[in-house]
Amino acid sequence: MAKKKKMGLKQKYALLTRGLDWETTYQPMDKVFPYDKFEGIKIKDWDAWEDPFRLTMDAYWKFQAEKERKLYAVIDSFSQNNGHLGLTDARYLSAVKLFLTGVSPLEYMAHRQFAHLGRHLRGAGPRVAAQMQSLDELRHAQTQIHTISHYNRYFDGFHDWQHMHDRVWYLSVPKSFFDDAASAGPFEFLTSISFSFEYVLTNLLFVPFMSGAAYNGDLATVTFGFSAQSDESRHMTLGLEVIKFMLEQDEGNVPIVQRWIDKWFWRGYRLLSLVGMMMDYMLPKKIMSWQEAWEMYFEEQGGALFEDLARYGIRPPKYHDVASKEKDRISHEVWAIFYQYTHAAGFHTWDVDEAHKAWLSEKYPNTFDKLYRPRLEMWKGMADAGNRFYNNALPQLCTTCQIPMGFTEPDDPSTICFRSSEYGGDTYHFCSDGCKDIFDHEPEKYVQSWLPVHQIYQGNCGGASVEDVLKWYHLNLGTDNMAYEGSPEQKLWSQWMAGRHPVAAE
Amino acid sequence: MTRNVSITLQNTADARPIIEAITEDNPEATVADFPSMVKIDCPGRLVVKQDSVSERIGREWDVQELHLSLITLSGNIDEDDDQFVLAWT
Repeated sequence: MAKKKKMGLKQKYALLTRGLDWETTYQPMDKVFPYDKFEGIKIKDWDAWEDPFRLTMDAYWKFQAEKERKLYAVIDSFSQNNGHLGLTDARYLSAVKLFLTGVSPLEYMAHRQFAHLGRHLRGAGPRVAAQMQSLDELRHAQTQIHTISHYNRYFDGFHDWQHMHDRVWYLSVPKSFFDDAASAGPFEFLTSISFSFEYVLTNLLFVPFMSGAAYNGDLATVTFGFSAQSDESRHMTLGLEVIKFMLEQDEGNVPIVQRWIDKWFWRGYRLLSLVGMMMDYMLPKKIMSWQEAWEMYFEEQGGALFEDLARYGIRPPKYHDVASKEKDRISHEVWAIFYQYTHAAGFHTWDVDEAHKAWLSEKYPNTFDKLYRPRLEMWKGMADAGNRFYNNALPQLCTTCQIPMGFTEPDDPSTICFRSSEYGGDTYHFCSDGCKDIFDHEPEKYVQSWLPVHQIYQGNCGGASVEDVLKWYHLNLGTDNMAYEGSPEQKLWSQWMAGRHPVAAE
Repeated sequence: MTRNVSITLQNTADARPIIEAITEDNPEATVADFPSMVKIDCPGRLVVKQDSVSERIGREWDVQELHLSLITLSGNIDEDDDQFVLAWT
């Protein structure tokens, strides 16, 4: 029997991405593709672009459909079978709340921006890759909204995520990160999202966290997470490809790309400090510490990547050494911020128990017992005395990353790091040299930042009291916010768990 | 110094024959188990061979089916009909 003759992958990909587009004549090409030159990136040959996966549309639809079938079977079954009862603890949901309110709207933003690139990149190869990614991102937003929908039936803080994303102070951290990227030109956007975020940093967001979700019984999150992550491998590949493509096309591109890598490494790293807190403090059963994840995914894998890129004249991102110095500190510093401001958050924090403290002490032998345990114990003492600590002063925010100024000096973990710049007669404040450098290079962009604390003081957030502002956020006071201990969620969870162990409860 | 390339796959029935094929075809590979996923590191270069996976599952495996099990990777990719290669240059 003669074997059916099939077209090879390379041939199929070439037919999809070569020779189907044309040089326009009614209008000059620069008017048809108006965005791909102003950033100064020079491209001589768009056809030099090649997707290493060589994914064609037929294969794309086939595999994406298969992923969707698997995903929705699991999400349906999770929902139908009260899967949330299998979670290790309701405290775990604080991490999910932060993830779904912080990241899911970004997936939708990514869908929009890649659709824009899918129209506006001059080469057919990168246009096809951007169109596929645009569809992927829409799928990710949808699957996460289905998960929000399930959790919203049983738990607090999920009811108005889109509204909250535009208003709540800590959600301005992911929102402003993405708005910064989306308001840049197409090549900077690709460097920021596809390379710095997806290739260099996304493993730190998705991989240990999704594995943590599995470990904590959260089937819904594992499933959308890994289903999204399988697309992510393609996005990472696009990220690396676009960097190599720009560097190979023209030597003049190298310094521009290096500056973007420096900027977006630091922007992404600061954003991920929230993930560090989720990993070290919010997972009842833990996978690995932030420090271990940083060593595995940035120092080892990122190290190999930047060694590989050295042949183009690219060096590791500026301040990567600072990030490594901070690896045993940032998760603790961020937890401290959210513990103090839990009254203004759409999720809970709690007093860390002894077993958890022992784990932190083991994972962070140089810092935890000396620097952070005493603070946690002081707070526990205050809570036990009926005086749980909430900080009622509004924090100063970093103008660039928008995180409250809680990070410490690279070489002194007992002193808050504080930097500032003057521009147009005003003073702007920063949490780090990395954030200050980013501002100093484009001050006219960052003076427009919507800083939640400034907006509150300017009277743009519903009123003058904390309560007015939280209502403007659409938080349900006394339900979504405050400590986990004594929350309606804790009460409900305890009832459910008692119901599952009737003998033990008697 | 040869730096590791890395591939992470879901720990599922579909992925297990791929993981087996990788460990057999890449003797230097090291496999680390995590809840719901498996991370495989290998110095310099790692190959996933179409033949090796097909042999294990008893039908012709399409290299692109890798997408269904893939979580993340590190390294430059080169994929064709016969194999999927991750490498640092």
